[in-house]
Amino acid sequence: MTTAAAIDARDLTRRFAGFTAVDRVTFDVKHGEVFGFLGANGAGKTTAIRMLTGLLSPSSGTATVAGHDVLREAEQVKRDIGYMSQRFSLYEDLTVRENIRLYGGIYDLADRDIRDRTARMLARLGLEHAADSYVRAIPLGWRQKLAFSVALLHQPRVVFLDEPTSGVDPITRRQFWELIYEAAASGTTVLVTTHYMDEAEYCDRISIMVGGRIAALGAPAELKREFQTASIDDLFVRLARKEP
Amino acid sequence: MTEAAAGSAVVAEAVEKRFGATVALAGISFEAAAGELFGFVGPDGGGKTTLFRILATLLVPDAGRARVLGLDVVADMWALRPRVGYMPGRFSLYPDLSVLENLRFFASVFGTTVERERARIAPIYSQLEAFNDRRAAALSGGMKQKLALCCALVHRPEILLLDEPTTGVDAVSRREFWDLLADLKRSGMTIVVSTPYMDEANRCDRVALIQRGRLLGTDTPQRIAASYDRPLVAVHVADRYRALLALRESPHAHSVYPFGETLHYADARANLPADDVVADVGAFLGSRGFRDVRVEPTAPTVEDAFMARMGAPDETKAA
Repeated sequence: MTTAAAIDARDLTRRFAGFTAVDRVTFDVKHGEVFGFLGANGAGKTTAIRMLTGLLSPSSGTATVAGHDVLREAEQVKRDIGYMSQRFSLYEDLTVRENIRLYGGIYDLADRDIRDRTARMLARLGLEHAADSYVRAIPLGWRQKLAFSVALLHQPRVVFLDEPTSGVDPITRRQFWELIYEAAASGTTVLVTTHYMDEAEYCDRISIMVGGRIAALGAPAELKREFQTASIDDLFVRLARKEP
Repeated sequence: MTEAAAGSAVVAEAVEKRFGATVALAGISFEAAAGELFGFVGPDGGGKTTLFRILATLLVPDAGRARVLGLDVVADMWALRPRVGYMPGRFSLYPDLSVLENLRFFASVFGTTVERERARIAPIYSQLEAFNDRRAAALSGGMKQKLALCCALVHRPEILLLDEPTTGVDAVSRREFWDLLADLKRSGMTIVVSTPYMDEANRCDRVALIQRGRLLGTDTPQRIAASYDRPLVAVHVADRYRALLALRESPHAHSVYPFGETLHYADARANLPADDVVADVGAFLGSRGFRDVRVEPTAPTVEDAFMARMGAPDETKAA
């Protein structure tokens, strides 16, 4: 399955009563690529991600993620992907170690694997001393890095990051991106959403959704040339229309 | 406090607030002038929300004091409240009420009506009116924030306290929201606003950088950016991540960070001319096998200055 794209969406469409949230969206993401999935609020990003993660059936069109069809093989999709969002990622009333153990259990990892990977993860993040702290007691920047590592615990082939750096300080935000680069360099495919337009520039390729469709798709440098804009911020503002 | 504060819309002196063992505000002092657009810029957990709640008379400081429009936020809270428009960080309107019903509700709380205040709120309300009957919950993020601003304005406050009005809002709606604030400022309104987005600092007259309950500096965004005191260059290179790791090992690196489409490299030799840094960095990357590298001096931004002043990131305080 290494030849196919990590994410391959063809005419992916989702209609709700009265309107089309995602309208014939076609794109692919290569293995090991960092793909920025951008769009205004209400442009259809969340609906598209829900389809790609096997949580919502497409009305028409197809998508495969990590080689599995999102409609017919939704359970395999969920097994082979990781997911992290700014809104929810870890259980605050569990300790760091308990969170890792919980996620390991959900993904059926053997006890020994969970122990080994926990130790390695804590060492790599420099978090050994906080292993038995409640997650609610550790700073946001740490929590986000930990949540990302937990999303990678079962070694998924594709990881979805939904506004992972929202509200995080500027240095931690950059450290977070280095974790993303590191994961991508080791072959994990990353799809990430963000409202920080400078982060769009950190992606290998990006798409910009407007009104349920992809209005621009390509490497940031290419898109700036193609649309003759100084920054992705300017391009985004030009493309994204106001919608209630 | 002297009446030198006469031209000041907000004067805060050594304001402190704790929640249990957590120090939310560790002695914050600042002044915002009447008619000023004053911004607090910093990450979550920095104390912005606690400070705004104190200024809005919703929390009592443990120590220090604050005056808004010349009134003490504790002793004069009832006189102050009707004169302040406060927009909390979390969406605080009634999700099951429509746009118009929300506006009417907030107008009636302050003894006025939407009709009477129409001229005042027109610049913002005109963008919402088409959705009068839509439930607030069904609005997009950007429209929700415009409605909240409208509700904060409907009783003719003399000062606006806006806590993170653009958080989680897309880049287009953020620009539109700041355009509205610029219009309000032109009409004479004093605005104190907070944001986690460093680029929005440039929309303010003056900003206070805030982190972990302390101010890292207060000044115009231009002067804060210019206060960055190391030679700084921007590096354009195709394989940014590898170049980043390589540059960190270069002999004179002070800091190397991804910055938009470039890397920002600051040199440890504080007085070296930028042209020499450009030459050194180019030569170093060349020696490591990087091709098509472009290095140029770059003007520091508020974000560069924030990172330089914050020292260690948020993680280092833990446990």
